[in-house]
Amino acid sequence: MFTYSTPLIGGLIIGIAASAMLYFIGRIAGISGIVWSAISARADNSWRWLFISGLLAGPILYHALFNAPYPAASDLPWWQAAAGGLLVGIGTKLGSGCTSGHAVCGLGRLSLRSLLATVTFMTSGMVTVYVIRHLLGGL
Amino acid sequence: MKPLVALLCGIIFGFGLAISGMTDTAKVLGFLDPFGHWVPDLAFTMSGAVFVTIISFRFILRRQSPVLVEDFNLPDNKSIDMRLLAGAAIFGVGWGVYGYCPGPAISALAYLDGKALVFVIAMVTGMAFTNTLSQT
Repeated sequence: MFTYSTPLIGGLIIGIAASAMLYFIGRIAGISGIVWSAISARADNSWRWLFISGLLAGPILYHALFNAPYPAASDLPWWQAAAGGLLVGIGTKLGSGCTSGHAVCGLGRLSLRSLLATVTFMTSGMVTVYVIRHLLGGL
Repeated sequence: MKPLVALLCGIIFGFGLAISGMTDTAKVLGFLDPFGHWVPDLAFTMSGAVFVTIISFRFILRRQSPVLVEDFNLPDNKSIDMRLLAGAAIFGVGWGVYGYCPGPAISALAYLDGKALVFVIAMVTGMAFTNTLSQT
């Protein structure tokens, strides 16, 4: 089978999920925004918590149905998980979106803001990995 | 109906993340490492997802309204400013530091991985911190 078939199929499925969200309930499937709104106690929140629950149920379903092993746990240290999470939280709140909101949905809407955000976070992500792996020797 | 659809969309989305390899930090970091041992998988995932939305959104947004609610609820901010670019840049750094963006981090909680939980708690803390700062 084509080596990249599962990443491609996964992408198509993600695109279908985002399309269904917009088609049925008129919402952008931007996960950082949905998570923040869910915990900052907006009105009409049950759909957000159910969407988040689905995000956890989906992988369980996939690994069970296809008998696929869970990905190996990261061997990066705990502090790196904490630092990464903190920066992702700050950045997505400040920049109003993440990979799902800006890349998957924003590009789908042909939003210039989302295009610039996507180019920016892809670039800074690659620069960060370059610095950590190739300049700092993996930390 | 709306909560049920949201649940189903979440399941499909999470399923897509898992099958694509986005919940595997090693793959994500490999994708972000074009000058090292590049793992191109996620380029296919991104392209696949955007390929679908760029076509489907055209048709969906031509409708008067979504199927189950009265109005589309879309971001209306059009300004290209430092807030957007600095935010995206900081987000990218965090993505590269550990290998999760928000969706896969939430999905990875299903693996009962302690570091995924640490990541998500730190992420929410970062959001709350930024929210507080920007209100003062």
